[in-house]
Amino acid sequence: MSSLGERLGGGREARVTDTGRLREGLIAVAFLAPSLVIFVAFFFYPFQQLVLRGLYRNNASGTNLRYVGWEQYSDVLTGPEFRDGLWHSVQYVIFTVPLGLLFGTLLAVAANRRLRGVKVFQAIFSSTIATSAAVASVVFLVLINQQIGVYQGGVPGFGDQAILENPRTALFGVSLSSIWQNLGLSFVIVLAGLQAIPAEVEEAATLDGYGPVRRFFRITLPMISPVLMFLVVVLVIFALQAFAPIEFLTNGGPARSTETLVYKIFERQAPNKMGEGAVLSVGLFGVTFIVTLAQFLLLERRVHYGR
Amino acid sequence: MAGDTELVGDVDVLDHAPPVPPGRVGQRIGPWRAAGWYLLLSFLSLLVLAPIYFLFVRAISDPSKAFTSSVLTPQGVRWDGFSQAWERGNLGGALVRSTVVTVLITGLQVTTSVLAAYAFAFLRFPLKRLVFAVFMATLLLPLEVTLLPNLQTMRDLGWFDSYQGLVVPFAAAAFGTFLIRQGFLGIPEEIRDATRLEGWSHLQFLVRFAVPLTRPVIASFTVISFIGAFNQYLWPRAVITDTQSWGTIQIALRGLTSRIEQSNVPVAGAVIAAVPIVIVLVLFQRHIVRGLTAGAVKG
Repeated sequence: MSSLGERLGGGREARVTDTGRLREGLIAVAFLAPSLVIFVAFFFYPFQQLVLRGLYRNNASGTNLRYVGWEQYSDVLTGPEFRDGLWHSVQYVIFTVPLGLLFGTLLAVAANRRLRGVKVFQAIFSSTIATSAAVASVVFLVLINQQIGVYQGGVPGFGDQAILENPRTALFGVSLSSIWQNLGLSFVIVLAGLQAIPAEVEEAATLDGYGPVRRFFRITLPMISPVLMFLVVVLVIFALQAFAPIEFLTNGGPARSTETLVYKIFERQAPNKMGEGAVLSVGLFGVTFIVTLAQFLLLERRVHYGR
Repeated sequence: MAGDTELVGDVDVLDHAPPVPPGRVGQRIGPWRAAGWYLLLSFLSLLVLAPIYFLFVRAISDPSKAFTSSVLTPQGVRWDGFSQAWERGNLGGALVRSTVVTVLITGLQVTTSVLAAYAFAFLRFPLKRLVFAVFMATLLLPLEVTLLPNLQTMRDLGWFDSYQGLVVPFAAAAFGTFLIRQGFLGIPEEIRDATRLEGWSHLQFLVRFAVPLTRPVIASFTVISFIGAFNQYLWPRAVITDTQSWGTIQIALRGLTSRIEQSNVPVAGAVIAAVPIVIVLVLFQRHIVRGLTAGAVKG
């Protein structure tokens, strides 16, 4: 390496020629092409197809397409299917995100100590990273399914029906599996945030006579707030995309009370349902877009914090 | 790459004890308070692990006796749930397919991401910012959104029930490109300049300097990509129609739950499905943690 450094000082000039520029550009094209081909074929082209397909209504058998302009969009986006699907997806967010945030922070704060063997606890808390949505769903079949569940009762105050059989509680029951599956990720992210706080800051607060509770709310929480924001966005997007738990635990039922947007889209693969499915997909895109945009704005703000 | 755990300059969140400022003893925890923390940590561990405990109990319980007395301990212990799940779900074949699909997706994602990241980090070309924006825009188009037209593409290509259909749509990753580009940008410019003067080509520099110097980042992305691919559900569920001969392990699991009254079988299947990723998690925990927290905490 040192010989390279010596040569660097050896007076040779790096010449930027036109042919050099051209060659560099060609190499760039070659390096970017594999990714770009995939992105065009499986991200942008299908999205364009989606938007276009929404402009065409199909007949009852799906064999014939008729151009209707934005009529189908306004019909579906103001209709009951989109409204119900969106409402169920939003409920899923409401069930999973605050609890995920709370448990993730609780676990991380508890395990962020200088204790002998604390790493064992950290490994346990992060363990659900290993579970797939499918495995987590089977785990919750074992816990709350009306036939094989460890607990086969209902949610207190919502009647005697089993959690997953009661239209008023089924979605909450399904969301439990997502909450548990995301514990590991939430824990790991919040713990990373806690460990990024310089020890001096907390010690200074202690020397200033801050008790543990005041220290947590005045020092720790504000300092990890960017990390918590990040976690919120991740959990919201996960919640909007949840599919396996619904299929495993309820199949969309009872009384279609667990049909989220993604579930409704999945059910519309047949040619005669594609028009509606396309509009629902564009609707899901809109929701995802807003959430992701919020993430970029928040991250932008974080940069201004000087971190 | 993935088999290499000895990495230089590796920072590990879980292994990283809070730094003790010089000249001052860090906050000491007294024995009573320590006992209190252990109690709390044990209680929380119990909460996190309880679902897994019940999974094991039900996997070895006789379905007909499971509710005769206590649900807390296995009833009428029998182990044939595992062998039945293995046979009925064709789990051997499913595990092989899952592994093939996962290795292919991971290998392709890492390769395409490294190449693209190199172009963004080290090469000058027109419209660079725009192309980068195009890459990042794919993060706004998750598979859930583009599912229906992508399935139409699969139909047109005849890629249902095929390895191409399961793998090719995931051959590139904006997240990986972003992560590895960040790693590349951390390489001092002097090194690039020096090798350029030596007459090294871009490919040589990429293979002999850029990749080795960013091994921790690439390793993190590799493991994250591996877990993501192995645990995938929605896409294989849509693209596989013949679940017996094409099902990945996650899809095979879905098949097993159709006869839920024989509870020990699907539950044992879930235990089997979880094993490969548990092994990966144990072996590569620190890479996973670094990769997962890459977007959350800088540095």
